[in-house]
Amino acid sequence: MNDQKPKRRSGRMPTTAKRRAQTRREFLRTGALAVGVTALSLTGMVPVLSGSAARLRPPGAIKDRLDEHEFLAACIKCGQCVQVCPVEAIKLSDLDEGFGVGVPYIAPRDQACDFSCDGLQCVLACPTGALTHHLDFPADARMGFARLARPKACLAVQGKGFEGQARGPDFKGILRYSEVDRWHPIPVADHPYDLEICDLCVRQCPIEQRIAQCAAEAREAPRNEARVARKIGHECPPKHAITLEPAPDGRGRKPTLHEGCVGCGVCEMICPAEGGAAIVVDIDRDADHLEA
Amino acid sequence: MGYIVESLRQIFGARPTKPEPHQVKVAVKDIYARKRQTKVTRQHLEVLHEAHEGRNRWRIRRWITLVVVNLLFVVSYRFDVQLVEGALTASRVVGFHFADLNSALQVMLAYKHVVLNLVIGTSTVLVLWWLLGGRTFCSWVCPYHLLAEWVEPIHLWLAKKRFIRNHSFHRGVRGVFWVLFAVLALVTGYTVFETISPTGILSRALIYGPGVALGWVALLLLFEIFVSRRAWCRYVCPIGLTYAIVGVFSPLRVQYDVHECKHEGDCRAVCMVPHVLDITIRGRAIDEQTDITADCTRCGRCVEVCPTHSLTFKVKGLDRLL
Repeated sequence: MNDQKPKRRSGRMPTTAKRRAQTRREFLRTGALAVGVTALSLTGMVPVLSGSAARLRPPGAIKDRLDEHEFLAACIKCGQCVQVCPVEAIKLSDLDEGFGVGVPYIAPRDQACDFSCDGLQCVLACPTGALTHHLDFPADARMGFARLARPKACLAVQGKGFEGQARGPDFKGILRYSEVDRWHPIPVADHPYDLEICDLCVRQCPIEQRIAQCAAEAREAPRNEARVARKIGHECPPKHAITLEPAPDGRGRKPTLHEGCVGCGVCEMICPAEGGAAIVVDIDRDADHLEA
Repeated sequence: MGYIVESLRQIFGARPTKPEPHQVKVAVKDIYARKRQTKVTRQHLEVLHEAHEGRNRWRIRRWITLVVVNLLFVVSYRFDVQLVEGALTASRVVGFHFADLNSALQVMLAYKHVVLNLVIGTSTVLVLWWLLGGRTFCSWVCPYHLLAEWVEPIHLWLAKKRFIRNHSFHRGVRGVFWVLFAVLALVTGYTVFETISPTGILSRALIYGPGVALGWVALLLLFEIFVSRRAWCRYVCPIGLTYAIVGVFSPLRVQYDVHECKHEGDCRAVCMVPHVLDITIRGRAIDEQTDITADCTRCGRCVEVCPTHSLTFKVKGLDRLL
């Protein structure tokens, strides 16, 4: 057998013309593979740069007003934020969002973030700081800013009331109704309303609800003085988010946004207007950057 | 030292070193000389093969482990047991942070800022896979590995019937990819590799539900069936390379013993990274026992198919410890 006298190879150059041709072909194939896979991976840039991957992100997502570059960089695409959300508002993007694949977003019309968890569980769950720990309370969030996009569709503007299930019997979304169950969110469909004038966007606003709770606690302050005094940071939101103001024509009332709005999207989710929400969340504005 | 250098050479694509005749130990030369006197016939091998049992014993254990680990993620979320939260890229195992080394590296390079949780998660996983053998992750945990392993027989059958031809690439390209994706993360500030990582895509699809990203995984599998055997794991995946480097220093290895080896190549035929088994070619061994280099995924295929038990799992230093 020929391994008795192992042939000395001169360097690593293949010895025959056939072998050399094989090596050359393999080299070319390898180059094509490198270029191909890299090019394919870089197509992920397209949805990000074209802006089609822009979405409402969970509270604490690090981003500039128009640019979420840092958020996409820091996110490790593990979905731990998805798992801890009590209302399952957080979803993960698909491959059509390029570099945004596996990154969390919120589709508020289907299921908004209603801060049922109080303690911003998604922020606490994030292992990389893509959801920054620099916020402690819902009022600190800057997810977006709500806007009355279709005032003519708004029931309040029309001076109308609302009776029944806000989004119909088949709507799957859930909300925390503190007066029903402080700890377990229930389906919106299980909680019909009967309102003389529709104020659902104000009534269900988590910031407004928290302000009302704090006011109630403050009224009982003499008894709870120690507890109220212990409140820190923005546990009680310092500013209102949304109120109903008299409309110019004097007939209806107009939902009006204030600097306390954090862009959670509950108003967009609950709005019963026909043909889609009259009030929506803009993702390129927030309370600190109100000019669009 | 020799093991580390040889491992790193092979990981970055060099051909396994062929020993000069003077390097081969006398005892090994004697073994080869003795083997030359008794010719191995096909009949002799058939007898050995027939007597050989447990040709899937490691594979069964490995598949069960892989499925259980991935199901733990699914079950933890679906039934809210909170045992293993997250996905393979990063998770919390009964509360402790775990972060896949390559995913963590991508994030660190892209974000250029590291929070403590990520340091903890990365260190934990580093120690875990250092103990368990590095690329053990590939064959015992990675869901893409399992799919690729399942479609591999289709490729082999088509190639055997000459419907297709297997196209090999230069293994060094995986190192190029590793550097390329690291540089891309650093320069673009996006975790570019995560976009096309079938490991992340499959893990998330299992836990959070399927999506169009599975189409990419399907394309990769088709490529492996019709163009190149196990191409992703062999030539592209930077996760594998990262864990291979961890494995260089791992005490868990497969060990080759030259005494009974028939050099028939059963092990190389089933191996996903057959270059690590070139040592089993007649004339390649220097010592009576040799550790298989760190590019090995410790899948145990060679261990179970070897008819002479010349390949075995070893934990270095364990004998001395006991």
